[in-house]
Amino acid sequence: MTVLEAVNLRVVYHTAEGPLQAVDDVSFQVEGHDIFGIAGESGSGKSTLMKLLLRLLPVTAEVSADRLRYRGHDLLAMDDRSFRRQILWKEISLVPQTAQNALNPVYRVGDQIMEAIQAHSTMSRRAARLRVAELFDIVGLEDRLAESYPHQFSGGMRQRAMIAMSLALDPGLIIMDEPTTGLDVLTQERILRNLRQMHAKMRSAIILVTHDIAVIAELCSHVGIMYAGRLVEQGPVRAMFQAPFHPYTLGLKNAFPDIREMDRKLISIPGSPPHLAPGARSCSFAARCPFVLPECRDARPRMQDVEAGHQVACTRAGEAEELRRLARERETWRSSM
Amino acid sequence: MHAPDHAVKQPFGLAVSRLRWRRLLETGFGWHLRVVLGSWMGATGLAILLFFAVVGIVGPWIMPHDPWEMLEPLQAPSWRYPLGTSDLGYDLLSCLIEGTRSTLLIGLVSGFVSIVIGGNIGLLAGYYGGRVDQILMRLTDVAYGMPFLPFVIVLISLFGRSKYFLILAIVALVWRTSARVIRAQTLSLSQRQFIRAARARGCSDMRIIYRHIVPNIMPLLLLYTAFNIAWAIGTEASASFLGFGDPSTITWGTMLYDLWVSGDTRIAWWWFVSPSVCIVSLVTALVFISRAYEEHANPRLRGR
Repeated sequence: MTVLEAVNLRVVYHTAEGPLQAVDDVSFQVEGHDIFGIAGESGSGKSTLMKLLLRLLPVTAEVSADRLRYRGHDLLAMDDRSFRRQILWKEISLVPQTAQNALNPVYRVGDQIMEAIQAHSTMSRRAARLRVAELFDIVGLEDRLAESYPHQFSGGMRQRAMIAMSLALDPGLIIMDEPTTGLDVLTQERILRNLRQMHAKMRSAIILVTHDIAVIAELCSHVGIMYAGRLVEQGPVRAMFQAPFHPYTLGLKNAFPDIREMDRKLISIPGSPPHLAPGARSCSFAARCPFVLPECRDARPRMQDVEAGHQVACTRAGEAEELRRLARERETWRSSM
Repeated sequence: MHAPDHAVKQPFGLAVSRLRWRRLLETGFGWHLRVVLGSWMGATGLAILLFFAVVGIVGPWIMPHDPWEMLEPLQAPSWRYPLGTSDLGYDLLSCLIEGTRSTLLIGLVSGFVSIVIGGNIGLLAGYYGGRVDQILMRLTDVAYGMPFLPFVIVLISLFGRSKYFLILAIVALVWRTSARVIRAQTLSLSQRQFIRAARARGCSDMRIIYRHIVPNIMPLLLLYTAFNIAWAIGTEASASFLGFGDPSTITWGTMLYDLWVSGDTRIAWWWFVSPSVCIVSLVTALVFISRAYEEHANPRLRGR
């Protein structure tokens, strides 16, 4: 069953220096029990995308879309009030970025989770209290810790508490924004393992927004790569990492260490992302792409299926074998400067 | 919807009644006591304030005379008149006790009203920002521009001498400082991650302001409450001394005014000593208490 279906999401920020196209024709689907990863560098529009789904965008943002449906609810037709009543937290919840600071320092952790429960459901105080104990159990915290204040928690514990809060009403979709950023590697590993176990036990699908490819490889079943506000490639995690099609994904793969190829030197993609002015007609990666063709600058490549469930927006998707071979050469990336 | 097999479990593993008690001590009145008594200044201030409060409350029963009864004029302190008498023969101790009541009342009322107004304006301006902030802060700037005495003179000459207009005048001028400070604090708090997270969870604006921001600025709010009361008492005294007080109410300020008008300043030293000492010590006490809250709001001041 399709949990979330998004077709051509667009967000334009109207700033004093003119409009910025932060999200541009992004389409994706999250199925039943998937963990869908959205990866991209800073400014690629992944946070804007996440805020769009939760209706947290500032008033300067102009949103348009052809379709946005959550389990049969048409989110585009829904006003803010009913979204807050019917969808928010009950169906779509959030683990915010830097979740270590997302707890109010003057309330007990358990009380804050209870507030979230009681605000979005009719559960009694007592039932909510029991639910908190249950949630703490799920995320691997002792339930007596619900009586503690946030400052008595370590970063990892606070992270777990925020995950517990997002699970509170058994939502169908949880959006996690950089769930492991700012934690040490061991804590990261524990949280990730915990997340995987939790996910196996519950009905929720997860959208995981991150810039850490390793986290995606570890957790996700599907991944979408964002670049300059566009989704450039998406597909099953395994296929995406083993045989990527888009030059940007190839570049990303080069830039991350792989334990199986210890002696491989990392290669970074030269240049920086383009300015996000709306109405750009060329491929957004054209300026940095080592495989750029003249037609890349004339028209925007459309998303096309290359394998089952694997789509890529690149004019040279047909020559992927050749591009993959070339992409492994350091020289390829240097010459593009 | 949620697993009933956990239902037998004792939530949080703590008896609920014991929990309530602990919570009351941690967040309720006990917290204030700990803050105020935690420093010698706070403790001294609280002691003085309590003394005046008790005097104010039991006043009618401990007055040696009726404060409005004319006895022997201009008597120096004696066993019969412990603090002497005025030119019209009023017993000054009785006047002082009566004055304690009205001074405290005017001070507390205007102090609290001004923190409620200033606090809310600061919270709304800081939380909403933008146009709301602009309008409310320009309003605050206007309040800053108003000089106190001309304002009181206009108000009193329009509406006559009454303690209600005096309270109004004091409130109109005291709220501005708290509004600015609380706005600044709210501004920085509302950008903090946990406030954003609360918004993402779908908390309404009012809920975020009063349930999530206010508890975080509580020490500051209390500091300004104490400060505003102190300021209000001082202001009431000076306004009354200048003759803008309510003629039907005895306050420490009106006692000084009566002395000034009678022209007996050089002879009747006993007449100005007692109200002055009272004004100074009560205002100091409140400043001490606000200092104790300040130490809590600003830990850098602790232990000095």
